[in-house]
Amino acid sequence: MSVIFFLIGCSVFIALIFLAAFFWANKSGQHEDTYTPSIRMLFDDEVEDDGKTQG
Amino acid sequence: MTVSETTQCYHCGDAVPSAAYEADGHPFCCLGCQSVYRILSNSNLKQYYRYNQHPGKRKGDASARYEYLDEASLADKLIDFRNDKITVVTFYIPSIHCSSCIWLLEHLYKLHPAISVSQSDFLKKQVNITFKHAELTLRGLVELLVDIGYEPKITLQDVIKEGRRFSQKGLVAKIATAGFCFGNSMMLSFPEYFGMGAFEAHYSEFFGWMNLGFSLPVVFYCGRDYFRSAWHSLRRRELNLDVPLALGIAVLFARTAVEVWSGSGPGFADTLCGLVFFLLVGRWIQQRTYHHLSFERDYRSYFPVAVTRLGGEGPKPIPLADIRVGDRLLIRNNEIIPADAILLKGHAAIDFSFVTGESTPVQRVLGEIIYAGGRQTGEAIELEVVKAVSQSYLTRLWNNETVKPHERNFRTFSNTVSRYFTVVLLAIAFSAMTYWFLANDAVRAWGAFTAVLIIACPCALALSSPFTLSAAMSVFDKNRFYIKNTAAIEQLATLDCLVFDKTGTISSPSASRMRFEGKLSPYEWSMIVGVCKNSTHPLSRELVKWAGETMSGCLAVEEYRETAGKGIEALVDGHRIRVGNARFTGAWEKGNGSRVYLSINDEVKGNLLVEQPWRKNLKEVLTELASGRQLHLISGDNDKEKAELSRVFPPQADLLFNKLPTDKMEYIQSLQARGHRVCMFGDGLNDAGALKQATLGIAVSDDINNFSPGCDAILDGRSFVKLPRFFRFAKDAVKVIHMSFGISLTYNLVGLGFAITGTMSPLVAAVLMPLSTVTIIGFTTIATHLYATKNQLVKKQ
Repeated sequence: MSVIFFLIGCSVFIALIFLAAFFWANKSGQHEDTYTPSIRMLFDDEVEDDGKTQG
Repeated sequence: MTVSETTQCYHCGDAVPSAAYEADGHPFCCLGCQSVYRILSNSNLKQYYRYNQHPGKRKGDASARYEYLDEASLADKLIDFRNDKITVVTFYIPSIHCSSCIWLLEHLYKLHPAISVSQSDFLKKQVNITFKHAELTLRGLVELLVDIGYEPKITLQDVIKEGRRFSQKGLVAKIATAGFCFGNSMMLSFPEYFGMGAFEAHYSEFFGWMNLGFSLPVVFYCGRDYFRSAWHSLRRRELNLDVPLALGIAVLFARTAVEVWSGSGPGFADTLCGLVFFLLVGRWIQQRTYHHLSFERDYRSYFPVAVTRLGGEGPKPIPLADIRVGDRLLIRNNEIIPADAILLKGHAAIDFSFVTGESTPVQRVLGEIIYAGGRQTGEAIELEVVKAVSQSYLTRLWNNETVKPHERNFRTFSNTVSRYFTVVLLAIAFSAMTYWFLANDAVRAWGAFTAVLIIACPCALALSSPFTLSAAMSVFDKNRFYIKNTAAIEQLATLDCLVFDKTGTISSPSASRMRFEGKLSPYEWSMIVGVCKNSTHPLSRELVKWAGETMSGCLAVEEYRETAGKGIEALVDGHRIRVGNARFTGAWEKGNGSRVYLSINDEVKGNLLVEQPWRKNLKEVLTELASGRQLHLISGDNDKEKAELSRVFPPQADLLFNKLPTDKMEYIQSLQARGHRVCMFGDGLNDAGALKQATLGIAVSDDINNFSPGCDAILDGRSFVKLPRFFRFAKDAVKVIHMSFGISLTYNLVGLGFAITGTMSPLVAAVLMPLSTVTIIGFTTIATHLYATKNQLVKKQ
């Protein structure tokens, strides 16, 4: 049953990784604007152009 | 709909009077819209028009000048970052309103190769732009934005920088840490609650130490603000709600540490982590603010960044702070006069609408003093400064940083309760301890003492105000009533005296009514409207709006001439049209009210009386508000509307006219001295002092993104009719707080029953604490919503 020490260690470690990821996201400003990105992703790439097709 | 669609401007959606402007088969209402379209179509940005119909906004006719941005000292204040190649700048652009705006502002690189990145933030109405300053100056960038109809608002009191100062990042990090510890310690506590067999006993010691480890960051990092706040409050000899909270946290931690150390029990680590987690969430909810509104504006946000000084080396833009007494300033059309000054040259027709709410320009003669805050209309004038900006008549009013006297006196309900709560709590804890000591049971005495402080920790109590008030705040917000903070809602419920400003507050500046006296044929009307369309004078614009609704087609106007302060004249189809004051048109001066006289071929055809357009249902609103409250009116204008207003206001109301801004402030003070809790409704700079002095200052504004003076709440003019309901709802919100206090006290009493016997198990605390918290959050949310429905402030689904 000593494996339980190892398992708890693992679970806390993984949780710490997620906590660190959240800290990083918070610090890099990902929670500052939660609205604009949802609209931004709906914009098409270039559609109609004057004859040329663009990537 | 089909009729209106054919005549809507392709860019802004306004009605197109005639097909004068057209490009690629699309009609445009004005040259501005057409030129924006041209710029966009030339840069291959026509997609702008695909995401929304008529995404543009009509460009204002006032084009500001941006020479001052070439001054390095001024530009440095605005930019975020600069190295030898690139500059990063963030602009606040009020006209951002749809997805097309986002799209266009993020494709600025197509308009100018020097712009490398531009990113917009829709909710904050900001755009962050990175550009190479060798190829494009800051001024060039701003002018580019103005050209496509997105004029950035540049003021000295920068909304952007102010918003950044206040950040919740630290709090969010604390919530995350507390949540992390809460989850983990709860997981480790479960085995203990479910009971462990004797062969598993050695795990419980391990779990105990792990739990103690998790509670360390919660107490010393997440919870440290509570200790700090409790300490400050004790030093001021007050007992706020943070005192019992800090006490609870400290006791929880001490008892956990002792139990784990001595191996006598599992401790309360999960309750501790949960408590701090929920408290921080409550605090986060309470600190919610509006990103795009500023309630702390002073004169700097209203005045321009720079003015033109006339010196030896010619006109030169200088920052406002550098204005000295004796400087000669050049004020052009539509520029704001930044300091009290004497008129030296030119015809001054000053629009004081931002100051008084009155939009009819005021004439000034040479040598007269012009107070700061007015906007020059017409030709450029020269002024000599007689007082520094900060010492000017109007700016001085709200420049002094005196704290509101009542803000220190005002006790929120939770503060009032917490004083008694803490005393009672300590009394119970100590008497329980004394009882068990006398019974010679020292272990139980310690157990009972700590258990009382733990179980009665007013977590639910501390959460009921933030959750109720923030729910109420979002109800107000949906009804276009923007309140600065949650404490202001509690204050709203206690007001017993309402003071109104007149112009712009109970009358709406945008919906002026006009009454025509005289006779004109439709053809003559269209001539008059055609002439007035060329003028930027507020009365001309009103005339066009009032008469233009029925007009179609536009007549060619020749020899147009505008004489500042007198009127306009032009030739239409060979007829000489004059619109202006009585002398200008050769009419007899008629009595009361502001009038515009019309003449065609020197024959006076009549006059237009501009009536004060009262807000919708003003009488009903005031009658409803008057129950239980005093109503008063204080205005800077003359008393020509006194008779009309006395019919609208209740008979015992004070109706004061011809009051100076300082009079307004002193009047509020005198009401407060008589023990009233006064609410001031105002709109202009001249109300700023009164708004600040009042217990609650509400700025009424028809465009909330425009300037409004410093205040506690901003009310959109369209929601003026809802005022009585707002007041009722604020009272209901306070009622909800009272009820949820009752609920949480019941929980505390139940818990105390366990606690004083000294036999409380950690499981009781671990169940009771989250249960009471969830009950309170649920109750406040539902009750607030029900009351909002009752007051018809939310739409039924």
